[in-house]
Amino acid sequence: MTAATPLLAIHDLTVEFATRRGTVRAIEQVSLSVARGETLGVVGESGSGKSVSAYSVLRILDRAGRIAQGSIEFSGMRLDQANERILLDIRGREISMIFQNPRAALNPIRPVGRQIEDVLLQHTRAGRSNARNEAIKALQAVRIADPEQRYHAYPFELSGGMCQRVVIAMALACRPQLLIADEPTTGLDVTTQKAVMELVVELSRERRMAAILITHDLGLAAAYCDRIVVMEQGRVVETAPVKTLFQAPQHPYTQRLLRSTPRLDSQIRDLLPEPHSAPVFPPHGAPLLEVRDLVREFPVHGQTQTVRAVDGISFTVHQGESLGLVGESGCGKSTTSAMLMRLLDVSSGHIVFKGENIAAVPAARFAHHPLRGKLQMVFQDPTDSLNPRWTAEHSIADPLVRLSDLSRRQRRLRVQELAERVGLPSNLLSRFPHQLSGGQKARVGIARAIALDPDLVVLDEPTAALDVSVQAVVLNLLADLRADLGISYLFITHDLNVVRLICDRVMVMQAGTILEQGPTEQVLSHPQHAYTRTLLDAIPHPP
Amino acid sequence: MQLTQRLGAIGYRLLQAVPVVFGIIVITFMLTRALPGDPAVYFAGPAADERSIAEIRAQLGLDRPLPVQFWSYLSDLVRGDLGTSISTGQPVTHELMTRLPASLELTLVALLFSVLIAVPLGVLAATRPDTWIDHLCRFIVTAGVSLPTFFTGLLLVYVFYFLLGWAPPPMGRLDILYLSPERVTGFYLIDALIAGEYATWRSAAAHLVLPALTLGLFTLAPIARMTRAAMLQVLASDFIRTARSAGLNRRKILLSYAFRNALLPVITTLGMVFSFALGANVLVEKVFAWPGIGSYAVEALVVSDYAAVQGFVLAMALLFVTLNLVIDLTYTLIDPRVRLGD
Repeated sequence: MTAATPLLAIHDLTVEFATRRGTVRAIEQVSLSVARGETLGVVGESGSGKSVSAYSVLRILDRAGRIAQGSIEFSGMRLDQANERILLDIRGREISMIFQNPRAALNPIRPVGRQIEDVLLQHTRAGRSNARNEAIKALQAVRIADPEQRYHAYPFELSGGMCQRVVIAMALACRPQLLIADEPTTGLDVTTQKAVMELVVELSRERRMAAILITHDLGLAAAYCDRIVVMEQGRVVETAPVKTLFQAPQHPYTQRLLRSTPRLDSQIRDLLPEPHSAPVFPPHGAPLLEVRDLVREFPVHGQTQTVRAVDGISFTVHQGESLGLVGESGCGKSTTSAMLMRLLDVSSGHIVFKGENIAAVPAARFAHHPLRGKLQMVFQDPTDSLNPRWTAEHSIADPLVRLSDLSRRQRRLRVQELAERVGLPSNLLSRFPHQLSGGQKARVGIARAIALDPDLVVLDEPTAALDVSVQAVVLNLLADLRADLGISYLFITHDLNVVRLICDRVMVMQAGTILEQGPTEQVLSHPQHAYTRTLLDAIPHPP
Repeated sequence: MQLTQRLGAIGYRLLQAVPVVFGIIVITFMLTRALPGDPAVYFAGPAADERSIAEIRAQLGLDRPLPVQFWSYLSDLVRGDLGTSISTGQPVTHELMTRLPASLELTLVALLFSVLIAVPLGVLAATRPDTWIDHLCRFIVTAGVSLPTFFTGLLLVYVFYFLLGWAPPPMGRLDILYLSPERVTGFYLIDALIAGEYATWRSAAAHLVLPALTLGLFTLAPIARMTRAAMLQVLASDFIRTARSAGLNRRKILLSYAFRNALLPVITTLGMVFSFALGANVLVEKVFAWPGIGSYAVEALVVSDYAAVQGFVLAMALLFVTLNLVIDLTYTLIDPRVRLGD
């Protein structure tokens, strides 16, 4: 693998950004290399400089960014010194890139086939006469069914997985020697992730192409890479073959990262850097929430029949229990949670919460219902779910203002107490969301949800947007809160590894129905349904 | 199938406009009557006594109860009769037919001028932020909005007519020597070409330059601003990064990828600018003695000329309904995600 001259060699690369507060170094003295036919993983948390390194290779940094030091050598050519004309020929023809959030990565108002054509024409891989055929061939190569039809499709008409295939088709249309994939599957379902990654691996093997996989997911890197580079705060801290890295991580940061990545056999406390005693949960009590034959139908534009987003589901959450709801996008998870939170009216069925059928209360009037405060929610995106013009204190106090009769002074004290409870330093309470880190914002969201001492909290992918080390801390915080306060959780997620850590029981949902439910251990180790097995198989595991 | 769908959607949209237009008819009718001022007194002249005023009032039908007046107004309207202006004695329909094209011609030429300048300026400013072109764009935008049109108009007249003598006198649409071309569209530039009267065309064009420039300088600012902002936003988006990483050249990225995506907000702004330019060019029309619809409406309003004011408002309402439809149709042509029916 490590031939004498690597295909790409980055040596001591330092990239600076000119900001209003002076120059900031995004990456410092980064060195890495990729050999022909090799797949290199670049792993790190947000802000580690993974993407900046990749953008520097193609020289597509923002205007403010500049290579301050070091060299980038590709096939014996100094890319750091190349002029724009040479770079235009390199980009897309010799080195290609695919991105996170594939739908946004495509021009929204140009048919996808035309976008592939643009690349082919630019690099004279096709002429006006055969461009269309070549574009259709490129779509075929990424296993898009019905490529002649899809050629005319716009990105908004395709699923996320399909869009990523189109982006890959664009990237590989000119048969580049190196593919850089920047978080290519973040935000995609696990089964889609598996399909996309296998496609990338297969195509690069077939074409003897080198690849760089940039990801925050160690499991993903382990499953598909030969070697891994670990980055932290703009520096490379460790480079090693996959096996070595997982068996004998050298750098403390790598060790920490490995620790906080959930594995098949990890317990929730294992994720933390220091040892903690396992949380002790109170025994489950009486049924708290009973859902019976819940249905939600939506009208389809231009058709008389309706589509059933949630199709007759039934389940029970007991007092003090944590129930997981797992499924891929579009399975009806969010519709279910919106109905439980009474944000959405039900088509039929019962939602019995604390002995009262709250499905009978219209969604528009539930805000004033006495049970409203006992039912709370934590949302997926900690940034978007906070009012950007409110301080952390204001956000946490909001439910107290609306639904409790505490005095101003009592509210202040309660907010202080809640901040302490969720581990948010009290000097951060006066800050606005943009002044807080992802983990801190997640804590604010959780503090807000538990402010009114709820009995049930619906957690909708609360850690999906967080780095693994932050996820580890937040998951442990949630476990502590449940142990201390006896709250019940309905935990909605697509990540089965997280379910394993935090849920007593789990339900698997697909196309609006619940396929199976049972104790977490049993469902995950002896799945009854084929779909559950598919989901389990699709998760990449660290060795 | 697509065409019939589209035609159906257009028909539906026009149908939706019916209640709006009816509401406008009712409100203008009520408002003109609620305004202070009595057209009978004005019409009768300063020397009239009570009796002759009452006589005239009866003659104009203004002594009848409001619902009756409204009903007769409506039934006239259905027949296409907008009534007769009491100040000019001409049928309102006729006046609008001659004056509206004058205003439209001025506004459209002004918009064409400002789009030709503003859009490239905005694009250049966005692609080269903080360079001299960006600063120039900012300067022109600030100057354009802060100089009142009557001032720029007078300044242009002073320089180009009085000092340099390049421009014709600011007295209407044509030199007194020329007769207006045979009326087909009401746009002199087009009608003169149809009639083959090139000297008339030149005179009409020469008379258009200064007022169009005046109005254009004013409308340039919002368009340039919006183009710059929209381009900056699009250039920072993910798909531009993809296009760059795929090695597409600058021209392709700017034109096929960025500019087309930035067009939507620019077109919205264009529609808004068109509406307010049409209503607000009274000052330009006054400075250049332009026989347009704005000055007509203001004069009619001052003397409570009911028929003229109502006719004007109705014409504007219909124009805006059409304009909005055209803008929405343009959207569907540019952006596949927008559908007319929704």
